[in-house]
Amino acid sequence: MDVSIAALLTQDGLTNGAIYCLIALALVLVFAVTRVIFVPQGEFVAFTVLTLAAFEQKQLPGTVWLSLALGVAAASADIVAHRREPGRMLRAIAGSAVPCLLSALLVWGVFATGAGWAFQVIATVVAVMAMGPAVYRVAFQPIATAPVLTLLIVSVAVHFVLTGLGLLFFGAEGARISPFTTVSFTFGSINVSGQSLLVYAFTAGLVIAMAVFFKVTLFGKALRATAANRTGARLVGVSPNFAGRLCFTLAAAIGAASGLLIGPITTVYYDSGFLVGLKGFVGAIVGGLASYPIAAAGAIFVGLVEAFSSFWASAYKEVIVFTLILPVLLWRSFNTTHHEEE
Amino acid sequence: MKPRVLVAIVVALVAAAPLVAPPFYVTLLNYIGLYSLVALGLVLLTGVAGQTSFGQAAFVGLGAYTTAVLTTQYGMSPWVTLVIALAITLVIGYILGIITLSMGGHYLPLATIAWGMSLYFLMGTIESFGGFTGITGVPPVSFFGMALTQESHFYYFIWLVTLLALWCVANLLDSRPGRAIRALKQGTTMVEAFGVHPGRMKTAVFILAALLACLSGWLYAHLQRFVNPTPFGINQGIEYLFMAVVGGAVSVWGAVLGATLVTLLKTWLQDLLPKLLGEAGQFEIIVFGVLLVILLQHAREGLMPFLQRFVPSPKRALPEAGDRLQHRSMPAAGEPVLEVNKARKTFGGLVAVNDVSFDVKAREVVGLIGPNGAGKSTCFNLISGALDATAGSIRFMGQELTKASASAISRMGLGRTFQHVKLVATMTVVENVALGAYLRGTKGIVASALKLNRADEAAALAEAMRQLQRVGLAEHAHDPAGSLPLGKQRVVEIARALAADPILLLLDEPAAGLRYAEKQQLAQLIKTLKGEGMTVLLVEHDMDFVMGLVDRLVVLNFGQKLAQGLPEAVQADPAVREAYLGV
Repeated sequence: MDVSIAALLTQDGLTNGAIYCLIALALVLVFAVTRVIFVPQGEFVAFTVLTLAAFEQKQLPGTVWLSLALGVAAASADIVAHRREPGRMLRAIAGSAVPCLLSALLVWGVFATGAGWAFQVIATVVAVMAMGPAVYRVAFQPIATAPVLTLLIVSVAVHFVLTGLGLLFFGAEGARISPFTTVSFTFGSINVSGQSLLVYAFTAGLVIAMAVFFKVTLFGKALRATAANRTGARLVGVSPNFAGRLCFTLAAAIGAASGLLIGPITTVYYDSGFLVGLKGFVGAIVGGLASYPIAAAGAIFVGLVEAFSSFWASAYKEVIVFTLILPVLLWRSFNTTHHEEE
Repeated sequence: MKPRVLVAIVVALVAAAPLVAPPFYVTLLNYIGLYSLVALGLVLLTGVAGQTSFGQAAFVGLGAYTTAVLTTQYGMSPWVTLVIALAITLVIGYILGIITLSMGGHYLPLATIAWGMSLYFLMGTIESFGGFTGITGVPPVSFFGMALTQESHFYYFIWLVTLLALWCVANLLDSRPGRAIRALKQGTTMVEAFGVHPGRMKTAVFILAALLACLSGWLYAHLQRFVNPTPFGINQGIEYLFMAVVGGAVSVWGAVLGATLVTLLKTWLQDLLPKLLGEAGQFEIIVFGVLLVILLQHAREGLMPFLQRFVPSPKRALPEAGDRLQHRSMPAAGEPVLEVNKARKTFGGLVAVNDVSFDVKAREVVGLIGPNGAGKSTCFNLISGALDATAGSIRFMGQELTKASASAISRMGLGRTFQHVKLVATMTVVENVALGAYLRGTKGIVASALKLNRADEAAALAEAMRQLQRVGLAEHAHDPAGSLPLGKQRVVEIARALAADPILLLLDEPAAGLRYAEKQQLAQLIKTLKGEGMTVLLVEHDMDFVMGLVDRLVVLNFGQKLAQGLPEAVQADPAVREAYLGV
């Protein structure tokens, strides 16, 4: 291995690592607020790429049907839950199902009118974001107080449902989207693609934006309060359902952003989300699902390990990345004081 | 109908099936048997012990691949490879368990996802494993020279193994280690107080579940005579979990129920969905996922409870009370039992217990009292080992226990109750009490599973019954502990502590939440125990309750000892009156 290959691998690793980092941040966010280990995070990434790719190929994105299905499911859940209080029912539906139903319309509208690239991106991001609160409403809100283990099993089940729906609505074909920029820069003997720089800049920007969001804004503080103490947050007027929906919306938004960034780099299939999500997950575990900066560093580390192992032992790339979680867990087990769940 | 008769009918049906059912159903039943084995492990792990694994399919794969590789490439006998496969599973299960289970929480399932993924990729990558095309020509299993090549013959082998496994797990759950496993969901504090090592116990259960999965994989390889990585992926892992959740944990038969329903549903969906959707693909996973979410939202106990309504639970005979277990030598009256010397506990800058000293002598009842926030509970936790003291010494029967673990302290002869009652609600009263005698029994998981523990088990139940008679709850022995009112639950906790044959009984706010009459009965019980030679330290804030009951009082306030002495003297103490009444 010479310097230029090492530089290439590092660049590759950092780019993937930055995307895993985004996913790790979303996972930490969701876990801290709702105690849900959100395995389906990667699906948002895959759905974003597949939606945009369908637009590019002048096909109606399966997202229309997917959003419709999720919206109807969320609305039905609210109708059953509040069947005796029509007012509350409508308010609940407005928060959980309406965004999904409207975004289905939006995606269809953008497709039907043949609107331009910017509209396609906006429609895609909006549609994926709207899936967040609907998924929370249908799967997690009814069991928000259940043990972490139950939430995890539900989370894995949701992953399988979403993957299955992904196959149904998007098909088994992989897709890639056109890059945002084709510029590339040369530093000495090293080539750096504009897309990679975009990934770095966006990730750094998002990390800063999240820090500001949690420190400064009222919603950010409400989420932090819920993460620290659900009952306490509820007593001061933060609805746990609202907090849950909000953080799932943010997670979906981060997933959509990751999709836009990864789409031009890798071919994405309906089930690619799982692997991408799990790698972000290994990073999040490094941070103990609690610390944003450590999770971010862990995710970038995963990206680098992946890049270098694909050079040295490409067939064992996935094996190496997933086996990495074991020493990480071992290391954490020496550094964690265990608190009993009451 | 009695459960025994039902089991006999099920066994008879299983035995008759290949004679009457068409081959397609025999194949289906073969798979149901194999899946039941895996689901059984998960019922134990997830349903009973409150842990879970998404990687069971990987253990199945481990069993299948070990035997496939070793029999085809090294010409080993399937019986030898079975032992090797189980040994490898044991080692891997142990490593995964040790790493993740001592931390509790959600680390085990996460590690199993990673483990499942990496093993799946490994199976598909290693060349001598045949990549994703797999390995063909796995030899059949032979019994005394007779090869099981026909599916209907192998059927009997599978179901013999499955029914034996069900019997073993049912035995295990109804035994000394089984009671400890069933108590794991209550959290670690309670089981540790009776000498159970929760991390080790959870690891053992995880290994057991992994071994069952590995056994299923070994059977699978010799049934199919062919293996490839597909059936061992993470999708199959979630299906196994689905089977366990469908069946629920109330009975080992839940595993068979879950495996049957899921297998039938899957066969039906694989037939129906492609026609319905007009596309081929694994769409049944959508239905499974939705059903799993609905089940966990609405019927977390699974479907077995709905079936069990039609089967009256058997009225078991009450065990004879008896005194067959070893006793400790008790100290003579007046000997020092507990000596607390300048015990100190700080949380950051807060001094919760500030150089408190007092002692308890044999056959004394001492009350540790004080208003809310006085440091009573912290003091109690220092003695019981739930917290480590920052400074000072606490000696029990002359041994230092400031750094000892809760289970070591329990071994020394200190029995305790909990302020918030910690009984296993689904176990009967007598089983809960028998858990207290955990350290007085010896039989482990293997002996219990094979029912080689009869004498040990009978002695433990006799002891539990004896303690229940002692506290006056013998008639509730077979009631589920959760069905008793709070007052009686507290008394069950005392019986459970007594079953450990303690030298000192530590009672944590035993009167909290009790009604007047219940308090009276409790006070009477403590007096009786004292009359029988028991030493008691009780922590209370209810002055009236302790007044007529204790020999001596120690009063704490703001972490410091305010007064100590005879109850009347303490009650008259102006400092105590100030602290309690503000006058």
